[in-house]
Amino acid sequence: MTISADDVRHVARLARLHITDDDATRITGELDRILDHVGRIAELDLEGVEPTTHVLDLHGVHAADEPHECLDHDEAIANAPRVTDGQFSVPRMQS
Amino acid sequence: MSAPDLTALDAAGAAKLLAGGEATAVELAEAYLERIAADSDGINAYIHVDAAATGAQAEAASDASGPWAGVPIATKDLLSTSDMPTTCGSRILEGFRPVYDATAVAACRQAGLVSLGKANMDEFAMGSSNETSYFGPVRNPWDPSRVPGGSSGGSAAAVAAGHAPWALGSDTGGSIRQPAALCGIVGLKPTYGAVSRFGLVAFASSLDQVGPMTRTVDDCAVLLSIIAGRDPRDATSTGLHEPVEVTRSERLDGVRLGLPRQFMDEGIDPQVREVIDANLRQAVELGAAVVDIDLPHAEYALSAYYLIAPAEASANLARFDGVRYGLRVDADDITSMYEQTRAEGFGPEVQRRIMIGTYALSSGYYDAFYGQAQKVRTLIAEDFRRAFERCDVIVGPTSPSVAFGVGERMDDPLAMYASDICTIPVNLAGLPGMSIPSGLVDGLPVGFQLIGPAFSENRLLSTAWTLEQAFGFDTVPERLRTAGAAGAG
Repeated sequence: MTISADDVRHVARLARLHITDDDATRITGELDRILDHVGRIAELDLEGVEPTTHVLDLHGVHAADEPHECLDHDEAIANAPRVTDGQFSVPRMQS
Repeated sequence: MSAPDLTALDAAGAAKLLAGGEATAVELAEAYLERIAADSDGINAYIHVDAAATGAQAEAASDASGPWAGVPIATKDLLSTSDMPTTCGSRILEGFRPVYDATAVAACRQAGLVSLGKANMDEFAMGSSNETSYFGPVRNPWDPSRVPGGSSGGSAAAVAAGHAPWALGSDTGGSIRQPAALCGIVGLKPTYGAVSRFGLVAFASSLDQVGPMTRTVDDCAVLLSIIAGRDPRDATSTGLHEPVEVTRSERLDGVRLGLPRQFMDEGIDPQVREVIDANLRQAVELGAAVVDIDLPHAEYALSAYYLIAPAEASANLARFDGVRYGLRVDADDITSMYEQTRAEGFGPEVQRRIMIGTYALSSGYYDAFYGQAQKVRTLIAEDFRRAFERCDVIVGPTSPSVAFGVGERMDDPLAMYASDICTIPVNLAGLPGMSIPSGLVDGLPVGFQLIGPAFSENRLLSTAWTLEQAFGFDTVPERLRTAGAAGAG
């Protein structure tokens, strides 16, 4: 096994995904098979190969530092699930 | 107007009806909306149609000039639209209304195209069968018991079923080309950067490209010319290096077609290989030379892709947290709110990919997985560069099989992922890739893939045009041909 149920619970916490113990068992099996497959790249000798950072020969893309219009306040909060006093509203940060 | 037969109508045909005064933009849009609403086969190609928004666009198009003004189009629901919801096929964005248009959408609007609605898709473009959509699977117009491919399955099915004359799709690992192949239409993934990604909801930013899905190569060239261009709002966009132009030659004299042995091995259905072999014989009769080439690292492309794409996706999808837009599941503290919202808002495949990506980027694994995968990507790009020293266009099947049955691969992620073995290397190298319909296996379409060097879209389109004439493929699904004549379907 490449990955354990504890690893899966840890990764789910990092990814902010709630999972049940049943989910953890199922996902562990699925991820193990997938990671086993993707782990095949370890067969390759990659010593000295440069990692790809961009597929095209692009460098130094600059934009002029000019002010431009952006979303107005009402547009910015138009899709918010909860708004209080014109601001995004969230539950308390600490329990 | 007399009701136009929409079953076989392509964009050039629609433009001709409009130019000849046989239909107005409003009438044409209404005829399509009626056909979409009837959806007699249960194709489910659209997530959202809005007669009022489409009608307003058609009215505006009536005043617009330009050869394509008033021609309808289907818009993949991954593209932001200011006058229609954008859900990406996900519960987490149900009802979300963008406050701006994607650049590709704005370009279509500028050309006077009329959006018929938002085409169904795999959730956040993660899938190869259009079965991961929260809004239900899309069915293949050639055989509704089979999938249309994915993730742009709604766009492909809409065009094949006559629910739109053409469509916008997006392709991260094959999401334009594979559904185009499975639905018997033309699809092009442009060179990375040719089309702006601004407003395309991000899946894997280093791989995503918007592109055309059409009935003909000529329509494909037109739609590419409408959407391509450098956009200051996408710093990775470059546009194309020359205007889009199709050389309409009946011959392929002097054209070297490179056939990688990796695209014709035992991983490809033998009947699909037979069709491709027959296609290549036709190409040789037209004067082309077929050159055997080698892409030695192609077999590692799927592995590299399923590290790179989920890694980028796990970062991109972090924004869906129940705060600024989309679903919120209420909870007492903010962490529980995030976790519950994302667990209920994302479907199983999206959660799976977020987990893979988070794992691949997590402390202690980054170098072994993501870092190594980016090196494999370099090797794949070098394979292509070497191959193009010996050939002009690389060819082969688009998909290893024809359309498979609904539900057939849903319990086996790796079998589903293997649907894209012929398309994924192209995204990893940032190259343009195209699929044109080239034959049938058991009554289901086979796609012929053409791959070129970066920014060689004109070479691909011109080669594809010649082959399209030679193949003579009828893009109307066999089962709709008689029904189409009677105006049903």
